[in-house]
Amino acid sequence: MKCLVTGGNVKVLGRAVHSLSRIGDELYLEPLDDGLSLRTVNSSRSAYACFLFAPLFFQLYQAASPGQDPLRCKILMKSFLSVFRSLAMLEKTVEKCCISLGGRSSLLVIQLHCKYGVRKTHNLSFQDCESLQAVFDPASCPHVLRAPAKLLGEAVLPFPPALAEVTLGIGRGRRVILRSYQEEEADSTVKAMMTEISIGEEDFQQLQAQEGVAITFCLKEFRGLLSFAESANLPLSIHFDAPGRPAIFAIKDSLLDGHFVLATLLEPSPHSPELRQPAPPLQAPSTPHPDDFANDDIDSYMIAMETTVASEGSRTLPSISLSPGLQPPCNCGPNSEEENEAEPSAVPGTPPPKKVGAEVEAGVGRPGRSSLRNSLPPVPVPFAVLRLRPGRGTLPPGPQPRAS
Amino acid sequence: MPLLNQQIQDEKDYSLVASLDNVRNLSTILKAIHFREHATCFATKNGIKVTVENAKCVQANAFIQAGIFQEFQVQEEPVTFRINLTVLLDCLSIFGSSPMPGTLTALRMCYQGYGYPLMLFLEEGGVVTVCKLNTQEPEETLDFDFCSTNVINKIILQSEGLREAFSELDMTSEVLQITMSPDKPYFRLSTFGNAGSSHLDYPKDSDLMESFNCNQTQVNRYKISLLKPSTKALVLSCKVSIRTDNRGFLSLQYMIRNEDGQICFVEYYCCPDEEIPESES
Repeated sequence: MKCLVTGGNVKVLGRAVHSLSRIGDELYLEPLDDGLSLRTVNSSRSAYACFLFAPLFFQLYQAASPGQDPLRCKILMKSFLSVFRSLAMLEKTVEKCCISLGGRSSLLVIQLHCKYGVRKTHNLSFQDCESLQAVFDPASCPHVLRAPAKLLGEAVLPFPPALAEVTLGIGRGRRVILRSYQEEEADSTVKAMMTEISIGEEDFQQLQAQEGVAITFCLKEFRGLLSFAESANLPLSIHFDAPGRPAIFAIKDSLLDGHFVLATLLEPSPHSPELRQPAPPLQAPSTPHPDDFANDDIDSYMIAMETTVASEGSRTLPSISLSPGLQPPCNCGPNSEEENEAEPSAVPGTPPPKKVGAEVEAGVGRPGRSSLRNSLPPVPVPFAVLRLRPGRGTLPPGPQPRAS
Repeated sequence: MPLLNQQIQDEKDYSLVASLDNVRNLSTILKAIHFREHATCFATKNGIKVTVENAKCVQANAFIQAGIFQEFQVQEEPVTFRINLTVLLDCLSIFGSSPMPGTLTALRMCYQGYGYPLMLFLEEGGVVTVCKLNTQEPEETLDFDFCSTNVINKIILQSEGLREAFSELDMTSEVLQITMSPDKPYFRLSTFGNAGSSHLDYPKDSDLMESFNCNQTQVNRYKISLLKPSTKALVLSCKVSIRTDNRGFLSLQYMIRNEDGQICFVEYYCCPDEEIPESES
């Protein structure tokens, strides 16, 4: 893979990396025929982000060397970010940026050509990886908001930096309301201030949602995308469904598109009675892909995030599956018994269970307790977490342990 | 400054008397070498040299020549004492480190001799602060024996070109490798960190390059933790001279222009970290 970014686009790329760095610790770089994709997912799998830069974004774009399959790689976000750390510097001194993968060296090489002929070469080590792909479909979300990023950026500005989550809903008179979300157990100093912003319908380019709907999601990731969208002066679309189902934040122009998929809290805040709506009726299981999870009705609350496997069958399992140490206490969900049966258990000495997201199942039915923060401990989480799983056919041969 | 003069009955008693209208002309230069607590001061009739060392591998010298001071008298030569640099800098900025525009802090500095404290009289807007700093037994400083006749490669760069490079150094790398060569890559800074390696190349015909005199390819590694403090001098400077001698010792000379447009120099010496096997270089 080889691509060349010039002029102001270097800064655009840098900003995209900055906003991705708000989410995950690892960056998945995948050259595709329709552009270069940068993706990340956070450690608790509650947020996923991807940017796709179209070939036209680059002065030169070559997804793969002729006659070769495109390579994809996973690198530490921190090391990639360090190349683009100073946006001011990118703007002031960098004239072009050349990214190449899979040359003679087994390194990701990023070359910055700066003013005065100075050339910076970063040789970053990377890991082979599977494609990271969240399964989501904005078209399936019944509710859509679209507004200039500037409007939303200014709307979230008054929220304190430490605030973790924000509730977005449609209030009376179809006004769009953004309100700080507070946990029931938050201490009084945090509870001391509640911020609410209300924006008239007329400021939105699209508002397709009835009064009373509301979702609660993480502010930090949202801010990350907003700052990118603001700098690119793009409108931001928010596609969402019932609380607990992921919300999709999307930006698009002719050269790039970006999607952030964030988990939402299962129940709206009890502090917002007028935003509350009756709990969504449980739908029939509607997993995006019928598979071995089909009998698991919790799946309807999740995004199935699929990791497709490259052509070589011998590849190791995706490293994005959660460690087996995260088995939650299983006495709290109404479905817990069923769940246990469906879950391979972590028997010492056997292959670790490859199904992830078990903590989610256990946590359903305990709304409003935990937060969406990245540093989530492996305890019950009251909302849908993105599900990552290996592609079909990647499970190692051998007996799959099942709970007795 | 009649008040200040009253306090010094007889200037003949002092081995060092120096006064300065703008204390920042001194404090700025001292900050450029402030990476250790203690410093050794040498005063001759030419000025004051302040030396800070670390790990017997790196030495920083700040030269404040006599001309920077409005008054400068040295009775016996050389006047030598060791002092707590942190405390000295705290005292010099006792009226604030970033004063309001138009106000200057004046300084009068007196040292009576071995065993006596260093006296500082700082005055701003008619307010005088008197500081007495205990002096310590001077320590012998390292002699790097860096002789210009042994210099193999020498580059003078505009500091602007190095500033960003130094501020963004990958600190997970243990060493900074400096390549100076008459051929490509001419001048290269490399780090080898957890995430991978980085190289920063400066072509010899770059506008940042004031002069380029490299006679022989040299690749030397220096402990990054020892060189990083020189960033303090780098950010203040307008030009930097980078020299290496036949033993691979590094000399960094920073030209610093003070608020009155006078030129001062800060110099860093550093030992190379290790011999690099031929195959790697």
